[in-house]
Amino acid sequence: MNLATAASSTEPRAPIDPANLKPKITLRDLDFYYGDAKALKSITMSLYENKVTAFIGPSGCGKSTLLRVLNRMYDLYPNQRASGQVSFDGTNVLDPGLDLNLLRARIGMVFQKPTPFPMSIYENIAFGIRLYEKLTKSELDQRVEQSLRRAALWEEVKDKLGANGLSLSGGQQQRLCIARTVAVRPEVILFDEPCSALDPISTAKVEELIQELAEDYTIAIVTHNMQQAARVSDKTAFMYLGELVEFDDTNKIFTSPSDRRTQDYITGRFG
Amino acid sequence: MDTAIYASRRRRNHISVAASIAATVIGLGWLALILGSLFWQGFSGLSLRVFLENTPPPGSDGGLLNAIVGSLIFTVLAVAFGTPIGILAGTYMAEYGRHARLTHVVRFINDILLSAPSIVVGLFIYEVMVRPMGHFSGISGAVALAVIVIPVVVRTTEDMLLLVPDTMREAAASIGLPRSLMIQKVAYRAARSGIVTGILLAVARVSGETAPLLFTALNNQFYSTNLNAPMSSLPVVIFQFALSPYKDWQKLAWTGALIITLAVLALSITARALSAARKTS
Repeated sequence: MNLATAASSTEPRAPIDPANLKPKITLRDLDFYYGDAKALKSITMSLYENKVTAFIGPSGCGKSTLLRVLNRMYDLYPNQRASGQVSFDGTNVLDPGLDLNLLRARIGMVFQKPTPFPMSIYENIAFGIRLYEKLTKSELDQRVEQSLRRAALWEEVKDKLGANGLSLSGGQQQRLCIARTVAVRPEVILFDEPCSALDPISTAKVEELIQELAEDYTIAIVTHNMQQAARVSDKTAFMYLGELVEFDDTNKIFTSPSDRRTQDYITGRFG
Repeated sequence: MDTAIYASRRRRNHISVAASIAATVIGLGWLALILGSLFWQGFSGLSLRVFLENTPPPGSDGGLLNAIVGSLIFTVLAVAFGTPIGILAGTYMAEYGRHARLTHVVRFINDILLSAPSIVVGLFIYEVMVRPMGHFSGISGAVALAVIVIPVVVRTTEDMLLLVPDTMREAAASIGLPRSLMIQKVAYRAARSGIVTGILLAVARVSGETAPLLFTALNNQFYSTNLNAPMSSLPVVIFQFALSPYKDWQKLAWTGALIITLAVLALSITARALSAARKTS
């Protein structure tokens, strides 16, 4: 792959007017450690409201780690810690006293492998809603439908809402997971390589979905697929060995990156 | 291609296949012999009377009603006492305390308990319950069996919960689900058939235990459901009757053994069916 094909796989975007960028989550000097190993080195950047930010870089560069800091997912495991500042609409995400369940209800996440819960399609969605809202049966039905429509899955499952979520195909399962995330009405959605287990058609659907979702949500996506980053994102961050090498408009990163390493990576010279 | 190498590999393959078949036949042969003699000896004694009458004195007719009812009570109580403790401990080990030191200690002790001879469990309950109470009792028998149930359930619960992928836990956390609810609604649901299988295996294990009951519930010639008094059970009746010189008692012992075997067989088949259902769903 070369620069030309990466760029031509998407419509050229106009440069983003900085006045339209409103930071939703801001990282300042973020360090992250797995035990003694430093996985993120002094990351400073922002995710902007209603924009899609893509994280690219070779395996082990820390992009997934960074995503897992934003909703404190790393807290499930011992010996993982972050230092620095992560501010989400004024909330200090790294505050040890923060209610993580409330944080995660506001910052949703979709994973690499589809992870439907072992329950019906309907329950997979309704389950999360019931946690934080008391709705009547018809309101709940409506929300479930709305969420499934939002994830472009409604037409395929409307006649079998009682079927087990695990009975769907991989691509459908991933859209179910997106519907489940959307149903809770978060403000930010984090996608951790959401298409790496999907076939090309499902991938196209999910990508389309991500762009639609950006109208209402702030989105971060980790991907190994550079065309995907070019197709779906407004901003792209290139990471290497735990450092944020370059962070700029996607168009700029894929046409005239300012760092040599970024250019080498997107032209396939390493990674 | 060197055909000599291929031929020698084929020969070795034939030899190991033959050895495997021989080992299987020997192993299963004994099982067939045991089951065969059990059916041969036990089946003829099987009649309605066995389920309707109590154990008789030597020389008169009777059945195994008191022993069957006793065994049912023991099993139900042992599972009722042992399962909640086992599931809670297994849940702690797999979920809350996965990385805790305590978990390693508990797992080690649990493994010892799992393989402890059941007669030791009987003696233990004899010391802590029967002696202070001053007499044998049904309840101490049930507790002794519960002590045998616990490690089995702890082990299977922990193993089955550890099989639930962490991605499932992360997915639950990612929609803001508190850990307690994640365990109840997601992890238990995913591990349910495995945990149930473990409980059934524990039932199969305790329903044949004799030694712990000899030291705790002893036996009762009469129909009794009083937990504060000695209570009859199938394994103990089999033990006593089989050792007796009386032909009719020996016959009842065979019949009792057949009943236990069939019950355990039914449970094992159920457990198998459940775990098969888990794999295909």
